[in-house]
Amino acid sequence: MTKFKAGALGALLLLAAPALAAESKIDTGDTAWMLVSTALVLLMTLPGLALFYAGMVRRKNILATTAQTLATCALMSVLWVVVGYSLAFTEGGAFLGDLSRFMLMGMGMTDTHALAKTVPEAIFMMFQMTFAIITPALILGAAADRMKFSAMLWFMGLWMLVVYAPVAHWVWGGGFLGSAGVLDFAGGIVVHINAGIAGLVTALVLGKRLGYGTENLAPHNLTLSVVGVSLLWVGWFGFNAGSAAAADARAGMAMTATHVAAATAALSWMFAEWLVNKKPSVLGIVSGAVAGLGTITPASGFVTPGAALIIGAVAGVVCFWASTSLKRKLGYDDSLDVFGVHGVGGVLGTLATGVFATVAVAGLNDKGEPNGSGLVDGNAAQIGTQAYGAVVVIVYCAALTYIILKVIDAVIGLRVEADEEREGLDLVLHGEQVH
Amino acid sequence: MKFVMAVIKPSKLDQVRDALTALGIEGMTVSEVKGYGRQKGHTEIYRGAEYVVSFLPKVKIEVGLRDELVPRVIEAIRNAARTGSIGDGKIFVYDLEKAVRIRTGESDNDAI
Repeated sequence: MTKFKAGALGALLLLAAPALAAESKIDTGDTAWMLVSTALVLLMTLPGLALFYAGMVRRKNILATTAQTLATCALMSVLWVVVGYSLAFTEGGAFLGDLSRFMLMGMGMTDTHALAKTVPEAIFMMFQMTFAIITPALILGAAADRMKFSAMLWFMGLWMLVVYAPVAHWVWGGGFLGSAGVLDFAGGIVVHINAGIAGLVTALVLGKRLGYGTENLAPHNLTLSVVGVSLLWVGWFGFNAGSAAAADARAGMAMTATHVAAATAALSWMFAEWLVNKKPSVLGIVSGAVAGLGTITPASGFVTPGAALIIGAVAGVVCFWASTSLKRKLGYDDSLDVFGVHGVGGVLGTLATGVFATVAVAGLNDKGEPNGSGLVDGNAAQIGTQAYGAVVVIVYCAALTYIILKVIDAVIGLRVEADEEREGLDLVLHGEQVH
Repeated sequence: MKFVMAVIKPSKLDQVRDALTALGIEGMTVSEVKGYGRQKGHTEIYRGAEYVVSFLPKVKIEVGLRDELVPRVIEAIRNAARTGSIGDGKIFVYDLEKAVRIRTGESDNDAI
């Protein structure tokens, strides 16, 4: 309510003094929260995701998996500053931004971005950079244990520029999906569907790991994965609550929904697995938490904690099914279940946003229109809009990911030799070993 | 002199050690090994995919002893290591030609 009053008051002030509107107004509270959020989201990748993935591979591939995440983080950071940010978040057209921020050209100390009007643009750019780092890095879970390091680097760089930056522009940067009313608070489409679909295509193009279905490919040290997921979980507060781009009540509700969904999904995956496989595995509990976090991502900032309970509970069971039964039935080797967790969770969360989005949480924009509303507010059409956004990105991401991988395969080859795969990527690719 | 090599379930190591110590056996060598016999490994499920674990973790105990102790040692290991289910392990007995204690130079029965 206070937010609505403040909005009305702001509108009055604007009428009284139109000259003020042009001035950017940096808010120290918002700025402080966005600095912290940015650090939290980077923490999700380093060391969160690196540890999560490193714990799930076999002993001979620990360093290779870690190196992939580490090198991807560095490469994405550079590409983002050079051209990625400009392509995603400048005005441009409906499909892509322009080059007005090439090399961050013209980004001054007092500039702000339309999506974060009270925060210096440099911080908004950095916050978005951490998303452009973790999204490609997530895909690598599907390629674990068998991809060449050089091919991985090419793939990461091309994918971020050709798939991630445009999709971020479509949904967030003023592109056609955002204009069509597609709701994605913190990246259900941009991050999770995108990474999940790319992961599925990567797993299909690379083929199965040697020994898949016959040998023991189980995780070598799940303690690392538990530590990694713990960092992801905490970092996700920056990911989702930071996507409010302000230190306000909506950020608080986003944080609440995030935590609630992570907790319920961890439990529902655990119980589902307990029922089916007779044991609640550690891998299951951490996978459930990640499934809940991924699924609530588009909905956080739009839904109530009650809706988050439902979304989390459904996410745990559905992603468990997708990562076990569905994967087995379809026969692809998505090594660390990028598709089963992020892809399926992303679709689920994107649709759930159409059901549970409510103006009570989303609030009104500058023009007094709802920032989002779904079936619970009587706007059933939102579900269709959400499905449209998901389908467009699924098709684009799948097609472009496939083309990028095929081109790299033709030029330098994607996969290590069978002998090298048997020996392990740590020694073969990096000349180092642990344990 | 005989040399007894037994492969047992890891969880039974302490009981076997106690049983052998009670017989006056003063030392033994233990290693963690993997293997299978009639048990033939088992199937596990990881993320919906079944795989066969052919080599199961076992513990190998090696001990040198006087000839007359052999029947009692075999009996002691059997009693201590037996669970009755498949995979309890095996006991092998070899002839032992020579034994030397490095520190003192004592040999054979004095050395074991």
